[in-house]
Amino acid sequence: MSGSAHSAANAQPIPAVRHDRDEIVLELSSVSRSYGTGDTAVTALDEVSLQLRRGELVAIMGTSGSGKSTLLTIAGGLDRPTSGRVFVNGTQITGLGAKKIAALRRKTLGFVFQDYNLVPVLTAIENVALPLELDGISARAARRSAKYALEAVGLLELANRYPDDMSGGQQQRVSIARAIVGDRSIILADEPTGALDSVTGESVLSMMRQRIDSGAAGILVTHDARHAAWADRIIYLRDGRITDETRANTLDGILATGA
Amino acid sequence: MSIRDSLLAILDQGPCYGYQLGYEFEMRTGGSVPLNTGQIYSTLERLDAAGLIQSSGADDEGRALYTITPAGREDVQSWLSTPVPHDMRRNELATKLALAVSLPGIDIAHVIQTQRHAAMNTLQELTRLKRNSSSSVDGLDLGWSLLLDAHLFEVEAEVRWLDHCETRIARAIAENVDLSVPLNPDPPKRGRPTRAPASSASHTNATPKGADNVR
Repeated sequence: MSGSAHSAANAQPIPAVRHDRDEIVLELSSVSRSYGTGDTAVTALDEVSLQLRRGELVAIMGTSGSGKSTLLTIAGGLDRPTSGRVFVNGTQITGLGAKKIAALRRKTLGFVFQDYNLVPVLTAIENVALPLELDGISARAARRSAKYALEAVGLLELANRYPDDMSGGQQQRVSIARAIVGDRSIILADEPTGALDSVTGESVLSMMRQRIDSGAAGILVTHDARHAAWADRIIYLRDGRITDETRANTLDGILATGA
Repeated sequence: MSIRDSLLAILDQGPCYGYQLGYEFEMRTGGSVPLNTGQIYSTLERLDAAGLIQSSGADDEGRALYTITPAGREDVQSWLSTPVPHDMRRNELATKLALAVSLPGIDIAHVIQTQRHAAMNTLQELTRLKRNSSSSVDGLDLGWSLLLDAHLFEVEAEVRWLDHCETRIARAIAENVDLSVPLNPDPPKRGRPTRAPASSASHTNATPKGADNVR
């Protein structure tokens, strides 16, 4: 893996990413989300608090219906909590209007979904540049940033391919590039490896991990423990509540015990 | 792990001396199964006695060389084409949970959570090892990486099974099933008496310690 780490280090850095490791880039404070009212009300999230720091990957694990995808959509400003507050880079987004949230989202957050969500009529580089262009950045500047982002995920040579002409793993790497393009530095990934074989899925996680190590941050929603193990912290959700948390620690000689 | 078959498979590549066999084996298996010299030579003696290898002189340094025989080659092919059976006799964790789920007064959810913490930490550590391992692919790097994968998949399966247990237990509790099974008031009429032969009444007062002695 040292070889790929080297090539990533040699690639152009993502512009405007600061490296203050302790900086909290995303925070959920006592966030609840319920749907419906009265007897039929369903609580999808119940008083969930979470802090994400720069350079950190947090995995959210839980069975279907545990609230993990709801957590991600609220963290990314795609949905509003019923109560509680969400901060992105120190700005409370829960009080903002829809337009302002959308603008903040385009500038700061990138989503990676299981089914890639690339625009099929746009090439890889056009897909990556799209959020910047929507933000009013000149096509030329957006393309330049998109190029850096594609280079960071090792896909520059496929910049002019259309999604249909790429493998699943390549498409997912394009969506990671789109998630980190420009000033975007928070990756919100919902089962990003769900549609990929185990080896390709691992390479996508490895790529995501590299981008986070070089100054981004991310939340990874997964039901797969092997994938969650790429994270620094693993949070377990059950019925909308955080029930447990595992932090990375170092167990020396883990394989020697099997001898 | 069959050391015998492994060493024979290496000898199938050409004559080797004892220490060399150990080196080749450990290099290819990432040191996951350490071998001592005594083990190697006793294995070679058994292979020789079985007619699967034979002594073939010495190398330039005077080290005794061994060569595989045609019967040995057949043995290697047979070993490689025979599946490794799944060992179902021992699964300490499964046995522990099976016991704990039926014993009254045990917080089984806590037992599962503790185990999952440990398993996730192991997964994180294995993933870190894998991330740090070389991506340059030759057979040795790939072999080491596949060994790590084997551990990763095994621990992942354990976590999935723990989740499964947790859900099944939660469902049973939601359905008001009483999982706890107290000590049987009418235990088997066999067991080691503490002092003098006990009356059958004393059996019913058996303490958990006494129960330990029941065979």
